[in-house]
Amino acid sequence: MGSREKGTETKSQNTDFCGKAVATRDAYGAALLELGKRNEKVVVLDADLSGSTKTAKFAKTFPDRFFNMGIAEQDLIGTAGGLSLTGKIPFASTFAVFQTGRAWEQIRQTLCYSGLNVKLVATHAGVTVGEDGASHQALEDIALMRVIPHMTVIVPCDGFETKQVIDAIADYDHPVYVRLGRSKVPPVMPEDYRFEIGKAFTFGIGRDVTIIATGLMVAIALQAAELLQKNGLDAGVINMSTIKPLDTHAVLKAAKGSKLIVTAEEHSIIGGLGGAVSEVLSESCPTHLRRIGTRDTFGCSGSPDELIKLFGLSSEDIVKTVESFFKEYHSDDSV
Amino acid sequence: MKTVMQPSDILSLTEQARIIRIEILKMLTASGSGHTGGSLSAADIVTALYFYKMRHRPQEPSWPGRDRFILSKGHAAPVLYAALALSGYFDKSLLANLRKLGCPLQGHPSSKLIEGVEVSTGSLGQGLSISNGIALGLRLDKSPSRVYCLMGDGETQEGQVWEAAMSAGHYKLDNLCAIVDVNELQIDGKCADVMKIEPIASKWKSFNWHVFEIDGHNMEEIVKTFDEAEKIKGKPSVILARTIKSKGVSFFEGKAEYHGVTPTNEELEKALLELGGNGKQRKGN
Repeated sequence: MGSREKGTETKSQNTDFCGKAVATRDAYGAALLELGKRNEKVVVLDADLSGSTKTAKFAKTFPDRFFNMGIAEQDLIGTAGGLSLTGKIPFASTFAVFQTGRAWEQIRQTLCYSGLNVKLVATHAGVTVGEDGASHQALEDIALMRVIPHMTVIVPCDGFETKQVIDAIADYDHPVYVRLGRSKVPPVMPEDYRFEIGKAFTFGIGRDVTIIATGLMVAIALQAAELLQKNGLDAGVINMSTIKPLDTHAVLKAAKGSKLIVTAEEHSIIGGLGGAVSEVLSESCPTHLRRIGTRDTFGCSGSPDELIKLFGLSSEDIVKTVESFFKEYHSDDSV
Repeated sequence: MKTVMQPSDILSLTEQARIIRIEILKMLTASGSGHTGGSLSAADIVTALYFYKMRHRPQEPSWPGRDRFILSKGHAAPVLYAALALSGYFDKSLLANLRKLGCPLQGHPSSKLIEGVEVSTGSLGQGLSISNGIALGLRLDKSPSRVYCLMGDGETQEGQVWEAAMSAGHYKLDNLCAIVDVNELQIDGKCADVMKIEPIASKWKSFNWHVFEIDGHNMEEIVKTFDEAEKIKGKPSVILARTIKSKGVSFFEGKAEYHGVTPTNEELEKALLELGGNGKQRKGN
C-alpha cells in the first residue's frame, strides 16, 4: 500500500480504472479532478487543448485554479514554474510533441535547473495519436526529457496505473514528466499493484526472453509473451513505467535470467527506453538485446491499429524479432 | 503607508547606487569575465527596488510576505549580487569570487545556490512568464506581495516575452510590475540595427499594460514611478526605463563592446576615480 494519508478515501480511489479499458488521458482527467478535491494546492495549466488532454474536467470544477495559457507552450512552462514558487503544485498539460519540443529549453532552464515542483503531464504521445499524423506524434519526447538533469520520466501503461502515478507525483517535490496516450488501452496491472516512482513491475522473467516494455507496449508485450510461450519459448514481461530513474535492479535481474532482452516502446529506439536499457546492460551486464520502437523515422496518418503494425510495434512483430534471434542463436550454438 | 520621499532619501539612494556600481566594477575586474554594460545600466533601478520599494527580509529570505524580484536579464547578475550582498543576504567578501569554481555566485544566478535569488535565470526571455506565475499564485493566496521583473530591451526580441506579455494582460496581473532596461544596445550592436524593437511603448500598451516611460538614471523619477505603478489596478504595469549602457563609467558608456567585457585593473582604477571612491561613503562635498 502506498502512504496516502486520507484513509477513508483511499480504498475506492486506489482501484479506480482497475480492469477497465480507458485511454490514459481519460484516467488523468479523472485523477486530476479527485486530486484537486483533496489538495487545494493543485493548480492546472493547459495550452488550449484542455478538451483533448482532459484537464477540462478540473477546469470546470475549479475555475480559479485552472489557467488556460492559450497556444503558447513556452509561457505555459514558465507560468507553471512561477506558480510552484508560491507553493502551488502545478500540473501543466498539452500534447507531448509541443510540450517537450517547443518548450524544451524552458523545461531545462526554468524547471529543472531551479528544481521546481512542476508536473508535466503530456498526452497524445506516440503513433497511436493516429490520423493527425507525424506533426502530432511525439516519438522523441522520452529522450528529450530523460537527458535533462533532475527530471523524472514516467510512462504509465493503463488507466489504473495512471491514476496512481498522478497521486504519487503530487506528493513528490521535483519536476516530473508523465507521458500519456490518446487511444484506449486494455487494463493490464493487477488489482493489488501499487505504483512507486522508480520501481518496475515484473510480470515474469523468461528463461529465453524478457520483454521490458513501457506505456501501451506493456499490453502488447504480454500478448507477445503468450504467443512465444505457445511456440515453446519461455518469455517474461516487465512494466518499466518509470524510465528515469531507471529500475536498474529489475533490468539486471532480467538480464541475468534471460538469454535475450527486448525493449518495447511507442517511441524512437534512440534515447528512450531502449536507449536507457542498453546503457545499463552494456556497462553492467552485456546481454543480447533487441529494441522494438520506431526506427529513426517520423510517424504518419492512419488508424492507431494500422500504425502499430506499420511501425513494427505489434505483438506479432515482437514474436518475429524474438524468434529470428533464437534461430540465429541456435544455429550459432551448433557451429 | 510609506511616508513621502524627502530629498535626503533620494540622495541616500543615489549614494547606494554609486556603491553598487563600485561593487559591480570590482567584482567584474576580479572575475575577468562577465557583463559590465547591462549591470551598470540597471544599477539605479535595482537600487530603488532593494533599498526603497521592495518589502523583503534579508535575514529571512523565504519570508512569505516578501515582494519578489526576478532578474530576467540574468547576465546582469553582478547588479543583483551587489544588491543582495549590500542588503545583507550574504557576506560582501563573496563578491570577489564571482564566477570562480565553487563560488555560489555563478555567471548567471542560480536559485539553488544563493539565498534571495527566487529562480535561476540566464536564458533570456523566460523571466516574465515566471513572474506571471508567481503573480497568479500570490493572487490565489490573496497576498499583498508584488512581483518585479527586470528585462533587457534586447531581451524583448524573444518571442516568449510577448506570450507572457499577452498572458499578464489577459489575467490583469496588477500585482506585477515589469521593468525594461532600455539601454538600446545588445552584444552585436545597436538594437535598432540588430533587430528593431521600437516602438516599444505602443507594443506594451497594445498588450493591455499600463506603460510608464522614465529616465532610468533619475532616482527621484524611478522611485515615484514604482509608487505610482503600485496604484494601477486591473492591469500590469511596465516601466520603460531609458538608460545608458555602462552608466557611471564615462569611457564605457554607450558602447556595445562593453556588454560582455570586464574592466582591466587600470580601467577599474580610472572608473573608481570617476565614481569617487573605493566603495566607501563619500565625504560630503
